[in-house]
This record gives sequence, structure tokens and C-alpha cells, in this order.
Amino acid sequence: MISVDDVSKSFTLHNQGGASLCVMRGAELCVAPGECVALTGPSGAGKSTLMRMVYGNYRIEAGTIRVGTVALETARPRDILALRRETLGHVSQFLRVVPRVPTLDVVAEPLRRLGVDADTAHARAGALLERLRIPQALWQIAPATFSGGEQQRVNIARGFVHPWPALLLDEPTASLDPANRETVLELIMEAKARGAAILGIFHDADARARVCDREIDVGRFTPARPTLERRGQ
Amino acid sequence: MSDYNFAYLDEQTKRMIRRALLKAVAIPGYQVPFASREMPMPYGWGTGGVQVTAACLVPEDTLKVIDQGADDTTNAVSIRGFFARVADVATTQRTVEASIIQTRHRIPETPLREDQILVYQVPIPEPLRFLEPRETQTRKMHALAEYVLMHVRLYEDIARHGEIAKSYAYPVRVEGRYVMDPSPIPKFDNPKLGDCPALQLFGAGREQRIYALPPYTRVESLDFEDYPFKASKPDQPCALCGASDSYLDEVITDDAGSRMFVCSDTDYCRERRAAGHRGLMAAPFEDDADAELPQ
Amino acid sequence: MSTPLLETDGLTKRYGSRIGCAGVSFTLWPGEVMGIVGESGSGKSTLLSCLAGHLASDAGQIRYRDRHGETHLPATMSEAARRRLAREEWAYVHQNPRDGLRMGVSAGGNIGEPLMARGQRHYGDIREAALSWLERVEIARDRIDDPPRAFSGGMQQRLQIARALVNNPRLVFMDEPTGGLDVSVQARLLDLLRGLVRDLGLSAVIVTHDLAVVRLLADRLMVMQGGYVVESGLTDQVLDDPQHAYTQLLVSSVLQV
Repeated sequence: MISVDDVSKSFTLHNQGGASLCVMRGAELCVAPGECVALTGPSGAGKSTLMRMVYGNYRIEAGTIRVGTVALETARPRDILALRRETLGHVSQFLRVVPRVPTLDVVAEPLRRLGVDADTAHARAGALLERLRIPQALWQIAPATFSGGEQQRVNIARGFVHPWPALLLDEPTASLDPANRETVLELIMEAKARGAAILGIFHDADARARVCDREIDVGRFTPARPTLERRGQ
Repeated sequence: MSDYNFAYLDEQTKRMIRRALLKAVAIPGYQVPFASREMPMPYGWGTGGVQVTAACLVPEDTLKVIDQGADDTTNAVSIRGFFARVADVATTQRTVEASIIQTRHRIPETPLREDQILVYQVPIPEPLRFLEPRETQTRKMHALAEYVLMHVRLYEDIARHGEIAKSYAYPVRVEGRYVMDPSPIPKFDNPKLGDCPALQLFGAGREQRIYALPPYTRVESLDFEDYPFKASKPDQPCALCGASDSYLDEVITDDAGSRMFVCSDTDYCRERRAAGHRGLMAAPFEDDADAELPQ
Repeated sequence: MSTPLLETDGLTKRYGSRIGCAGVSFTLWPGEVMGIVGESGSGKSTLLSCLAGHLASDAGQIRYRDRHGETHLPATMSEAARRRLAREEWAYVHQNPRDGLRMGVSAGGNIGEPLMARGQRHYGDIREAALSWLERVEIARDRIDDPPRAFSGGMQQRLQIARALVNNPRLVFMDEPTGGLDVSVQARLLDLLRGLVRDLGLSAVIVTHDLAVVRLLADRLMVMQGGYVVESGLTDQVLDDPQHAYTQLLVSSVLQV
């Protein structure tokens, strides 16, 4: 479902003397439907970079990444948008939403974008929020005022509200209490059971052990010493 | 009389005005610019209508001049006197006898004929003027037939007053193309503009515009489907002749609020009284149609 | 849908020897929202004016496909035809609501005008449509007969949006739609625009210098500098992984709150 083949990534910092920073070389992995794969490695190894490339958030300079039938390195913006809408779900570490939009609408939005009517979308969003123990009193309030854990649960609800065939999870259990952590792990197991291909970053080793089928050490793809090349002059 | 060219204007000027008139007739409702001349009367006293009349007059014509329907008000009297002097044409107060009728703010009640010309005095020819003050913009709006502002104005009227409050100079659309200001005639007269056998010419002297409705032109008053145009008048018969189909003027008769409603078209009222019709406040009839009016 | 809505090819506008915008080519698909960012003088407003037909371009092509599937070349159309196309298919939201509203006409008249321009002649229907749009843009129904002069800046902008969208346009041009508004009012407006774009399936081209606005509203982004498009792509990709020096500068110049 998700395949990464010989992918490299470097950043060129034009406003800092044109420095070019190579952060990844020859990355390879694949995730089958119903499988959960964890990215591991020390901080700065490029776990997030790789996730972002799979999501289409970072440009792919070399190599290929496929999600379903879409080749991300050549996809047009509208193809990536369609992929995110229909195929590829994402739970990021931080919630990024329009200020002052009620929580229930935030969670229901991915469904509304798929053309689901407001009532159905709100019902599904409400069910998930309830499962993640967000009190109903908060549903009509914008999540910006919530605690970190609450925001994270809103984010998770949004990421599971539609049965995307592929899912990217960035630290889904961070800053959660045991009960909610348990619920999130259940959600992940259910997604696997329905055949979702999941790629994630889990710092929580126990959680990783429970839901992940394989681990991939991203450190393998990090250039031995990040090569810093000065251009020009 | 011999000190003046026939009908006051020189032949070149009349030719220029006739060319503008021909263009106006060819494009019904379109405002044709013309080089309006100084006339021996102030702007606002019908200089546009006078120039159009002067360009149309021939010695065989019989001229009638009305001001708000009346032949005997200052404006009507002085213009009739003017042409009697500079063109030596016959004048009349009878609509049926006239070949040219110059009018300010009314259309005669008596149906007009194909051998008659009705000349309107127009103060402001541009129907969009109070909605869009820039002439460059209004010309463009006419050119592109973008008249939505007229309906916005009618909408505002209904929103504010519950009905279209405009009671005179009510805008019309000519042959489905140009929106035209019919001059400040009461909206009661609007239905007479369309399908009229007579040629109708409009002259605005200060604004230097001429426009026209050729005989039998289609003219529609702007309105909404659910607020259709209504030609309204005071809901009672004329106190003098009893007519219930003519436009009425309100006349205050004392300082205690007493009033009467009489035909605004003095010729129509007189003709009816001559035929024996009587209103509630009518005095015995005395025909003064051929009496000498002050010149 | 698989046919583009709007295509430009090498669109160029010069002001004498100075470049307004040059060689702009892009394809906008139905339902897409494209942002154009850049600093003042980068040509983004010139480009928007050319696209909307307010300015004649000097070179290049614009192709627009209408709701009946017919392709138009606005640059070569008569003004009457172009205005008809704009009336029936497009809407324009100005930065300053004064430019997009009739300040002396009631809110209802402002919303009703585009309907009347397309031949709607039933007062009751026009009024009903105006009321329902007021509600949609979160203005109380009983304000329908008030002139925009009596409204706050945020309300005026929402009224302008109602007026722009009442005719069910397929393509909306927005020039700094949230500029000049308080931050809190901006947020509400952004949410409203996002909902409307989604529910009505609108396509939009939004010019702004506010990167937060495009991140929330735009699917795609074009970054302009000195009249040229220096970078374009998926909005979050351009903002999070900018390739061009100018984009990197732009992104790194934003204050973090």
C-alpha cells in the first residue's frame, strides 16, 4: 500500500550562503495492507522527514514513493489532495486548524470534504470524541483552548474519523493518560483489522511492541555524517 | 416677425437638430447629443423642447403648448406666444386641432393621431443620473444594456415603503433595449407612451440631448413580477367634468383644508363639459377655447 | 471533473517598461483553491486583475471553460460578452468592502443586485435569497434593510461575500479578503470562506500576503516575486519545504505566535 524506494532528501538554505544539507539517502520501505510499521531511530535521523515525504508535505528529490496507485514524486497538487482526502489519513503531532472552529466541526471536516452530509459527519465525529473521552460540553468549543492531551485526542479523532486505507501516525500516544492511550491503541488495532496500512513514529516502546508488526531504523538512511556543502564563492 | 428666420433658429441649426432627431428616431430611446443653442428664455423653461419644436415646425402647422396639462400657465403661454411671433404659425388649445404639441410633464388625455408630433421638454434625460453620477459610466451602462441599478432602486423603494414609490419620471424600457426617462410625466401617463400613433420627441436643452419614440414603439415600465407597474391617480372623478379616466390635479380651495380634484388636461375637461358632462362642483359651462389668451 | 476550469499560458502585463506580471502559466481545476502570495509590487494583484478581466494583458492566453463546457478566451471577447461571462460564472471579492458594495443601498439590495442583473424580477424571491444569504454569512436577518454603512468592517466583508456568491459563481477571485480586519474577525471570516468553498464546490484564486490565510484556505500556492512566479505547488509543501530563495525568506520572515 505504501512503498518507498531509494529516496533521498536534502535541504538547500538559500538565505544561509546556499548551504545544502543532505538528511537522507537511499531510504526504502514498504507497508502492506493490514500491517503497522514503526519508524525508529535517534532524534534527527529523519523519521519525520520521511513521514512528511510520504504525506506529500516535503518534496521528493530522488527516488519514488507510492501510496496506493499514486506516485508522489510526480503527482500534481490535485492528485495529492485527492490522495489525502480519500486514501491517506494523517495524525500529526500538533493540531493545526482554523481558530474558533468548534471541535465537532474540526473532527467532522475530513468527512464533509468527502461529501458526507453534516448530520452523518457530526454523528461519526461525536462517537469518536466520546470514545476518546472528550466531554460533550467541549464539542462546541474550539480546541485551541484545550490542554495538550485533549488537543491530541481531537487530532486523533480527526485522523480516525474516516476509514482511510493508509494511515500515518506521528506519536499518536504521546501526552495521553493510560485509559486514552489504551483507546488509541484499540483504534490502531481496529484500523489494522480492517486492512489499513499504517506507518508510524512511536516513542512509546510498549505501544510500539503492541501494535507494530515491524520496525525500520531510519538511521540506516542517514548519511554517515550529514554532508554540508557550500555552494558558490 | 421678419426680423427672425422662420421659427427663430437659423437653417443650419435646424438642420443639425433634424439630423439628431432622425438619429433619435432610428434608435428609439437612445440619447443623441446635439449642440443646444442659447434660446431667449432661461434653462428650465423648455429650451430643449423649443428647439425641437422649432426644427419640426412648417408654416402649415398648428401648435398647441401645454404645461402640466394646462394651456394657460406662464410657461405654455410664453412658448405659444414665442412661436406665434417668430414662426407665425396657427396656435390652438384643442388637442384634436394641433399638428405639433409641445408639452411639459403631461401627455394629453385625448388619444393622439399619426399626423401629430408630441414634443417633450426634458430637464434631466439620464435615467441613471441619480444612481450613477459619472456620465462616462452611464454611457457604458447604456451601451452594454446593464440596467440592474434601476431595479436595485425599485427594490429599495419596496423594501422601504412597501411599494414602488416613484410616481413621476417613472423609467421605461424601449423596445427591450434602452432604458429611458420619459421626462417628469406622472406615471399615470406611462401607458400612453407605448404603441402611440404619434411621433414623440424629447428635447433636453441644458443637457444637450435629444431622444425619441417613433410611432407604435414598444415601451414597458420597469417593475417586479410581484409588484407590477400601476398607473395611479387620485381615486375619484373630476369635480368639474366628472371624468374618472383622466389624471387629476389637487386644488386647495380655502385655508381650511377644503380641496377639489380637477382634470390636469384643461382641454380634455373643457371638451367634456362642452359635451354636457358635469362634475359635483361644476359651474355652468362657458366655452373659452377660442378666447384670446394673454400673449 | 477532469477538465480544467481556467488555464493561462505565458500571461504577461507590462506597465510601460516595467513588468506587472510575466510568463504566468497555470491550470486551475474545478473545486481547487489557489493562493498567490508575494510582497507588495510582486505582481500578484496585477495577475488577479488580468485573470478577472479588469486589466487587458499584453501577451499570453487565458482559457476559461464555462458550466456548459464551452471554452472562452476572455482576452479576445467583446466587453459585453466578457462582462456577461463574469456575471454568470465569476465573482470578485475586494479587499475593501467599499469597492465591492454599494454603501448607500441596503444589505438586501446589495445581495439582490447580482440576481437582478441576471434577470431575476420577483421581489419576494430576491428578498428570500437575500435573507438566506445573510444567515449564511452570519448577519442577523433583521439587518436586511440597513445600509452597509451601518455595519462593522467584518460584517461588511461578510456582506460582500454574500453578494459575490449569491449568483452561484463557479470561480471566485479574492484580493486580500481578510486584509484590514481584526485578527479575531479574520478567523471567523476564514472559517466562513472555507465552509462556503467546500459546500459550494467553488474554485477560487486568492491573492494575499498573509501566509496563514493561504495555509488555511488554499490547496495550491504560487509565490510571486518581481512579476514572475518563482515557485508553485501544494500549499503545505511550498510553505514547509520551500525550494526557492525568496520563498524561504518569505516563510522564515513570518512571526511565530
